[in-house]
Amino acid sequence: MSTTTVDLHGHPVDGEEHPHNPHHQHHFKTMQQQNDAVKIGMWLFLATEVLLFGGLFVGFAMMQNRYPDAFFQAHHHLDKNLGFLNTVVLLVSSFTMVMAVYFSSKGVKEKGKVVAMLLLTILCACIFLGVKYFEYEHKIHEGLLPGKFYSHHGDTVPNQFVFFSFYFMMTGLHGFHILVGIGLLLWITIRANRGEFSGAYNTPVDLVGLYWHLVDLIWIYLFPLLYLIQ
Amino acid sequence: MADVIASPGVKVGEHGHPINYLTATEDGFLKNVWSWMTTVDHKRIGVMYLASVMAAFGLGGFFALLVRLYLLTPGHELMKGFMDSEAYNRAFTMHGAVMVFLFIIPSVPAALGNFVLPLMLGAKDVAFPRLNLASYYLYVTGALMAVVVLVQGAVDTGWTFYTPYSTTTSGPVTWMTMAAFVLGFSSIFTGINFIATVHKLRAPGMGWFDMPLFVWGIYATAIIQVLATPVLGITLVLLAIERSFQIGIFDSRIGGDPVLFQHFFWFYSHPAVYIMILPGMAIISEIIPTFSRKVIFGYRSIAFSSLAIALISFIVWGHHMFVSGQSQLATVVFSFITFLVAIPSGIKVFNWVATMWRGNISLETPMLYAISFLLLFTIGGLTGIFLGALATDVHLTDTYFVVAHFHYVMMGGTVIAFIGGLHYWWPKMTGRMYNEKLGAIACALIFIGFNVTFMSQFFLGSLGMPRRYANYLQQFQPLHAFSTFGSWILAAGFLLTLGYLWASLRSGARAPANPWGGTTLEWRTQSPPITHNFEDQPIVTEGPYDYRPGKVSA
Repeated sequence: MSTTTVDLHGHPVDGEEHPHNPHHQHHFKTMQQQNDAVKIGMWLFLATEVLLFGGLFVGFAMMQNRYPDAFFQAHHHLDKNLGFLNTVVLLVSSFTMVMAVYFSSKGVKEKGKVVAMLLLTILCACIFLGVKYFEYEHKIHEGLLPGKFYSHHGDTVPNQFVFFSFYFMMTGLHGFHILVGIGLLLWITIRANRGEFSGAYNTPVDLVGLYWHLVDLIWIYLFPLLYLIQ
Repeated sequence: MADVIASPGVKVGEHGHPINYLTATEDGFLKNVWSWMTTVDHKRIGVMYLASVMAAFGLGGFFALLVRLYLLTPGHELMKGFMDSEAYNRAFTMHGAVMVFLFIIPSVPAALGNFVLPLMLGAKDVAFPRLNLASYYLYVTGALMAVVVLVQGAVDTGWTFYTPYSTTTSGPVTWMTMAAFVLGFSSIFTGINFIATVHKLRAPGMGWFDMPLFVWGIYATAIIQVLATPVLGITLVLLAIERSFQIGIFDSRIGGDPVLFQHFFWFYSHPAVYIMILPGMAIISEIIPTFSRKVIFGYRSIAFSSLAIALISFIVWGHHMFVSGQSQLATVVFSFITFLVAIPSGIKVFNWVATMWRGNISLETPMLYAISFLLLFTIGGLTGIFLGALATDVHLTDTYFVVAHFHYVMMGGTVIAFIGGLHYWWPKMTGRMYNEKLGAIACALIFIGFNVTFMSQFFLGSLGMPRRYANYLQQFQPLHAFSTFGSWILAAGFLLTLGYLWASLRSGARAPANPWGGTTLEWRTQSPPITHNFEDQPIVTEGPYDYRPGKVSA
């Protein structure tokens, strides 16, 4: 059994230490090890997100199977064009996010581009929420609301409130994730502006990117599920 | 200070106090408390979890004693004016909910696992120390929410929150489900942390098959925690929204499907059963080789059995619903898949017994618990096969037979293993030895009390006594009384354990680094360990259970 000498903070003192990165936590031996561990953690978290939404998707499928006519009639109240617009907006935001991650790995000299790309991503997120606001306002005005609040008149098929229960729960939970995403994007925009990211350390941008793509991906599933019922 | 210096290898600070993770604090009481509350040291978080889950165990145990006392006689003479059948419903619900969500799920992984896992891997900490602390505070938040529920008069739905009753009954059901939701996220964070730790923080030289089997068990548990718990989260949110807004998913009066709730609930809660038992098995895989002084038999098959149990756990949930109205085809398929669980479980039991065969067995308290586990878990596992078989299940569903079965697995299995593990690592955690003689006596009390309490319930169930009923026929009274007496023996055993463990903190002998002659890495550092766990980074050159002569360090 051989040993490696370490100082009080656990860093090796045998002379082969590379320049110390201020973001390097003491219980990891190398930045590489730290980045890998953090990535694993993030992917696992995304898996839990998929399963969280998965419960709603399964519930939606079961209820659509139970009330196919009600779901078909109810979906006519949604505006396909607005849904399509929001899909395009989120796809664009995923592109700007990818570019932000790309530029952030290029070092501090590209920090202007990183900030610009992140601001564009935030702009797309705000457009998405703006469109969603007008859609929600229309539903509230018409009384197309979840559960016991449903008060729409003139329905020919009963149980349409179940569709709107799911519509509001799924888009609501998704919208909440967009809001959290905006907060995270603002946080890394500020850090990028300070010049904290480099080729050796751009993990936060990377992780927020992964999160943002998942939020985008969930919408890609929600759009046809809710707006394009055959 | 002679007693301090008597233990070689323990560093002594300037005032003569030994330096370790417990004493590495600041001056002043408040600063000390603050340094614990904001700690990111996995060992301290493990200790805080341990204190919390033991408090939860006390609370859940109190409700259990109430339930058993109420059931002593069919007329409830003892409890007249103190407890009615409504209160009884709330007592058994709170017993189940507290024991499942506040005690047994976090008991081994979050309390013992947090302490031991990084040590076993030769790491300085878990991968995400701050997430670890956040997980603990989520646990505390969930626990406080459960206390709010108690203050508001508790819930009477049973711990399973079955609809349609849970969507119509009064009481703070929404609070209770949200408490479980928060506790679920605490569990998810622990799971994410442990998976990343196992993947990335193993000591140099430690391959996947050089890891102690405890780590394999906790790793398999973490997979279930991460993949199953979110589904419980969304299910409980849906239930709370259904109660508040009548969205029409579970409540049949407005077109919902109550059986869908059962599917959702058991999709989490059956894997959760393995969140509870896999860590118990993980502990047994450590104790048995150490006290048999033998290399564990079938290392790889035990490791793969843990993973197999984790995977199979996701596809057997329908066996909770044989009589709930799911399709007959689904029932038959779920029954067959359920039998598959018996294979990896059986492999483990046979491997443990084979490890003991011709070993040099010494019967210290942890080993007594491990042997108790073998007996009780085997009974629990075999009676599970009765319940997995369709024809017998129709007769036994919702009777005391089911109650006895899952207590043999959850309590005879996990709780016994937890207490065994607690004794095994107690010297490492506290630096003190407990009283071995009292340990053996308490183990005997718990073993006898457990069997008196629950063996009688197998008979009650097969005679047709339904679970959860407040009243029963006079003919069941002797067996019910027998079971209630057993609960008192159990309580005596637990109180004795609490007493001598507490006493050991003050007057126990100082623990050496390796009191049991264990071979895994946690025994290669002092007891209790320093804040960074190891003076030097351990390098692994051989398998985890090398008991060849001359290989074990004292």
